Amino acid sequence: MAFTFAAFCYMLSLVLCSSLIFFAIWNIIAFDELRKDLRSPIDQCNPLHARERLRNIERICFLMRRLVLPEYSIHGLFCIMFLCAQEWLTLGLNIPLLFYNLWSRYFHSPTDSNELMYDPATVMNDETLNYCQKEAWCKMSFYLMSFFYYLYCLLHSLLPMRSPLHWRDQTQTGRPFCGTPASDKCTWKPGTLMRVEVAHSHVD
Amino acid sequence: MSGGSGGYSSPKIGAGAPPPCLNGPLMNQHLSVPTEQGYNVVPPAPYPQQLPAKNFPRLAAEQHNYDYHQNFQPGGNFQGFGQSSSRPPLNATHLQKGTSADGQGIPLAAYPASYSRMPLPSQGSYAPATSSSVHLGASVPPQPSWQYNLPQQSHPVGQPPAGIQANHVIPAAGTGQARAPLEPYGSAGPKPAMGNQYANTAGGSFVQNYTNQVGSSHPPVNQPLTQMYQPGRTPLAPPPLSGGPPLIRPTHPLVTANHDAPLAQNLVGNSEGFNAGSSGDQSVAPDNYDTVEGGGEIMQPIQQGLKTRRTLGHSYPSLPPGYQNLAGPGAPNTEGPQQFTQAPHFNQLMTGMGGLSLQQGQQSEAARSLNLLQERNILPSTPVRAPHPNLHKDLQKLNCNPDVFRCTLTNIPQTQSLLSKAKLPLGLQLHPFRDLSQLPVVTSSTIVRCRSCRTYINPFVNFLDQRRWKCNLCYRVNDVPEEFMYNPVSRSYGEPHKRPEVQSATIEFIAPSEYMLRPPQPAVYLYILDVSHNAVESGYLNTVCQSLLDNLEALPGDSRTRIGFITFDSTIHFYSLQEGLSQPQMMVVSDIEDIFIPTPDNLLVNLNESKELIQDLLRTLPQMFSNTLETQSALGPALQAAFKLMSPTGGRASVFQTQLPSLGVGALKSREDPNQRSSLKDVQHLSPAIDFYKKLALDCSGQQIAVDLFMLNGQYSDLASLTCISKYSAGCIYSYPSYHHKHNPVLVEKFEKDLKRYLTRKIGFEAVMRIRCTKGLAIHTFHGNFFVRSTDLLSLPNINPDAGFAVQMSIEESLVDVQLVSFQAALLYTSSKGERRIRVHTMCLPVVNSLTDIYAGADVQAVTCLLASMAVDRSISSSLSDARDALVNAVIDSLSTYRSAVLSQQQQQQPGVMAPFSLQLFPLYVLALLKQKAFRTGTSTRLDDRVFSMCEVKYQPVSYLMLMIHPNLYRMDNLSDEGSININDKTIPQPPILQLSVEKLNRDGAFLMDAGTALYLWVGKRCCPNFVSQVLGASNYVSIPQNMTQLPELDTAESERTRTFISWLREQRPFFPVLHVIKDESPLKASFLQNMVEDRTESALSYYEFLLHIQQQVNK
Repeated sequence: MAFTFAAFCYMLSLVLCSSLIFFAIWNIIAFDELRKDLRSPIDQCNPLHARERLRNIERICFLMRRLVLPEYSIHGLFCIMFLCAQEWLTLGLNIPLLFYNLWSRYFHSPTDSNELMYDPATVMNDETLNYCQKEAWCKMSFYLMSFFYYLYCLLHSLLPMRSPLHWRDQTQTGRPFCGTPASDKCTWKPGTLMRVEVAHSHVD
Repeated sequence: MSGGSGGYSSPKIGAGAPPPCLNGPLMNQHLSVPTEQGYNVVPPAPYPQQLPAKNFPRLAAEQHNYDYHQNFQPGGNFQGFGQSSSRPPLNATHLQKGTSADGQGIPLAAYPASYSRMPLPSQGSYAPATSSSVHLGASVPPQPSWQYNLPQQSHPVGQPPAGIQANHVIPAAGTGQARAPLEPYGSAGPKPAMGNQYANTAGGSFVQNYTNQVGSSHPPVNQPLTQMYQPGRTPLAPPPLSGGPPLIRPTHPLVTANHDAPLAQNLVGNSEGFNAGSSGDQSVAPDNYDTVEGGGEIMQPIQQGLKTRRTLGHSYPSLPPGYQNLAGPGAPNTEGPQQFTQAPHFNQLMTGMGGLSLQQGQQSEAARSLNLLQERNILPSTPVRAPHPNLHKDLQKLNCNPDVFRCTLTNIPQTQSLLSKAKLPLGLQLHPFRDLSQLPVVTSSTIVRCRSCRTYINPFVNFLDQRRWKCNLCYRVNDVPEEFMYNPVSRSYGEPHKRPEVQSATIEFIAPSEYMLRPPQPAVYLYILDVSHNAVESGYLNTVCQSLLDNLEALPGDSRTRIGFITFDSTIHFYSLQEGLSQPQMMVVSDIEDIFIPTPDNLLVNLNESKELIQDLLRTLPQMFSNTLETQSALGPALQAAFKLMSPTGGRASVFQTQLPSLGVGALKSREDPNQRSSLKDVQHLSPAIDFYKKLALDCSGQQIAVDLFMLNGQYSDLASLTCISKYSAGCIYSYPSYHHKHNPVLVEKFEKDLKRYLTRKIGFEAVMRIRCTKGLAIHTFHGNFFVRSTDLLSLPNINPDAGFAVQMSIEESLVDVQLVSFQAALLYTSSKGERRIRVHTMCLPVVNSLTDIYAGADVQAVTCLLASMAVDRSISSSLSDARDALVNAVIDSLSTYRSAVLSQQQQQQPGVMAPFSLQLFPLYVLALLKQKAFRTGTSTRLDDRVFSMCEVKYQPVSYLMLMIHPNLYRMDNLSDEGSININDKTIPQPPILQLSVEKLNRDGAFLMDAGTALYLWVGKRCCPNFVSQVLGASNYVSIPQNMTQLPELDTAESERTRTFISWLREQRPFFPVLHVIKDESPLKASFLQNMVEDRTESALSYYEFLLHIQQQVNK
């Protein structure tokens, strides 16, 4: 089988999936950065530090927000691609995440405003932070697993010989000496015959 | 009510209720009844003095509220003075005038009185040690490392200047007698070798300690009881046989099996003794007590004895309420009489852990279960107080004042699974900067803190020996520094556990220089005033300027205090007040898109140097804009200007706004649909429309600027968006809807009084608060106005004495091998005098492992307030109906868990709503919350009012918030001195608190409702003429003026009593509640009746119906 559209989809999603993994890792690091404040407690209470820390939090939140849309659109693209390629199993695996993204961030958005999440004013609440961090870990593991899954599917569609199904097709149609059911049962036979022939010739 | 909360509607309630529901027609039918019967309550039992019907006029005031200020006057020309920026260049040297504008002490004068009712345990008065480093409230300021101008601070050591730290009232008298409670171990009983040993002793010696000390050092609150606990009695004495054989049957699992035989003997004897004491009065109260107590498990005589003392049935106790308040401040708990009228439950006393101390008795009492459906008068007649944690009494004495620091569960569950089983929220309620009458202040070069978790040393640490102490939060063993060995109070060496840091749970340190990298900021105040037509029309400028003029001297600060003004309409006006000018100069910046500061140097000026100019400006300001035609409001740019102006220093910006901002950045659009105000559907637009205010608030927080918002709007102003500016910058929010100097004189008075308090109250700048708790507990959500900078650090650009905070906690690690957990809130701030100070509060609570104990220790008020805060969050993030459902579910879940997991099989069979004693008010409070402005549906509520109410729920401290949720009702026409308390030679009557039900009202009487922010005096139509003439000063009922807001100062005993009582109520809170005298036809009657939370309204259930609903859900 040749290079199909499905194979192309898998190839593209492999590349994009690695970027998603990168985003997720970046998020995890960012939350870690948010959580720890590498200061002595006395230093933390210093008003000068307040400014710096606030800037830091705002910057991280801003960057995280910037990454939200690319991540979601990439993932949306996956779903569309697999829909077009009629890869139903893959699509089915991705649909829950798609709905989660849509629901939690767009339809369930708590504010009327256009700021979706990672609000610097509330992100430091331990509950929010824990939730976001857990979410980032889950996403990373999901992307990682889907990366390998895509890889498998890509190889699967690119290398048809590996498939037991294709093998049987070819054994049934390709070779003339496998025509009989007997030869189907034992593929060894032609080989042994050959060897016997060789032996004969040697004797000759 | 929306469809989502359909389970709450009445048809279900009527269906499944075993007791006959006498409450009249069902709610749905009720809607068709004419409105004047909407409030009509048919109580389950006939009441002779019930009001037949009340007409309930829909608020006339509310209907035309929004129509003020719309008449524009043509003509009239805006003439500002001197729009020039040409002024003589001035030498900008700051002259250091050595005056001390000191206002810290002023608001406090009122407080000692209210405090003496609830004394802080041992925040004692340390002996005035002249050469020591421990201050007596007010004393020597530290020598800071930077040099400002501190000439006025060079007071001699021996004479504490009243001005500098006047907040900390010096305990002048009473040092002598206060010494005794300071000693953890009184003279009675054998003294253990080390002071703090009790905390790490094992169970056996624990009990030993109790036996040795309980009796002798208890205050004699109740004589028979004290004798009961007398350890001096021979343990083997046979019980006197006077009241029948004791049938003591422990029903509850033993908490600890530590009690030994002699103690049990003692108790048997005790119960007998009690029995003999009280068996004289055999007046048997009828009915329901058996079911309440759980089926006659207790011996009958005791019950009878108890019953006579208990608040049962329809009468109030014969004991004068509040009689215990007469006890001096030395009494450890003044819980009010219900503690004793509802005397301990003996079989639980038996089983309770070391159940010998008085608090143990209360705890087991709190675990007792009640059938709420049969408790008609559930509300105690004295104010509800925070429960006492089940601690050793020495620890209890040292523990933090519950007004400052309290926990929703005074018994902390061991594990998270136990906590989630109990279905009650675990959290803290904090009021960290509360005005305190006594506060030990410590100056020392080293502040002793744990080396790993940085906890401040506190009364609950363990001293392993003289040289080492073990942190009670992280259990690290630390060294005691050499300086700490010397105790300046007793001037002795080698007693670190007697230091004030270890003797007081609330303490203030003056921070050494390592706590600041930059010098502490001066007090900086900026006033941002709306001067658009709308604002001028309302006349608020006069009030603000006059209040400022009056209180200019009293603004907290030192010689560095700076002040500035910005006014705005469609342009921004700055005022140059540089010293040397002949008059203030106004500069107008009309480029609001790109705001800039015209002359950055002279806009925030030193208060002392430019006082005349400031006064000049304040006098002329109200007239300057009297003819303005500008109706637009550019609040956003004005705030940006304020931010730029204050960025270098930080400080407090006070914004006065009267309308929706309409120009520049931060312009808002009206989002409220007036037709939806009373809809049962979900309320929209509770969250901000734009991010501008939140972002600016965060920027302000970074620059240590707090923005306080005064809303004086007549029309919708989108508080949901505007309040963000204060929420995230730790400001405060005040709302005076429909403020108008002529149409609303009552509000003007309130505004004046509130402003006075606001201007003169204490203030802390550039503050941070960190809350630490014992390892295993974790804080996960904060409520209040602040910015969360780290997971346990709140950034508070300003801290004021009226701000409350709440946190939610979870248990991350099991606390199985821990007996006590501690919480510490440390607030680091710069005082208005430029000192860096740390106020530390520490609270210690026991850990328990049974649901029974968790329920017994629940603090119903704290739980309610925390749930309210959570519900506000929920209604913003999800929807209001979700939040309402969550509130109802909180009651249902906790009570059904209680029923299934705590009650015995037999008790579970009984019908009714069984609740632990500690949570008996829980359904009532939650019902009150559902009828509160923030959460109510069906009643016409303006969106701004609702949002403001939600803000209050988030940042008001428990004690003030509870009154807003559930007001107190008193009968006023028969005040007597019976049971009164004495404060400052004034006799303050203590009338019993009535339930909030119309059935308690009576046409023959006058009733006062204390709703926190307002007082309503309802005068019945047939009110006795004596009261009308002697107190109200009117000849008869008809001649009582319609809008009476003050009681005349008549020279009669009744008038005297009434006025002292009302002023006593007012003194207990920082802000001024206006008194409204309400007659039958007053327009304000509606708001009075809306607070009658136990009654049915058109859209909400009555208390009884609510209980039936809960019963149905619980018994499912």
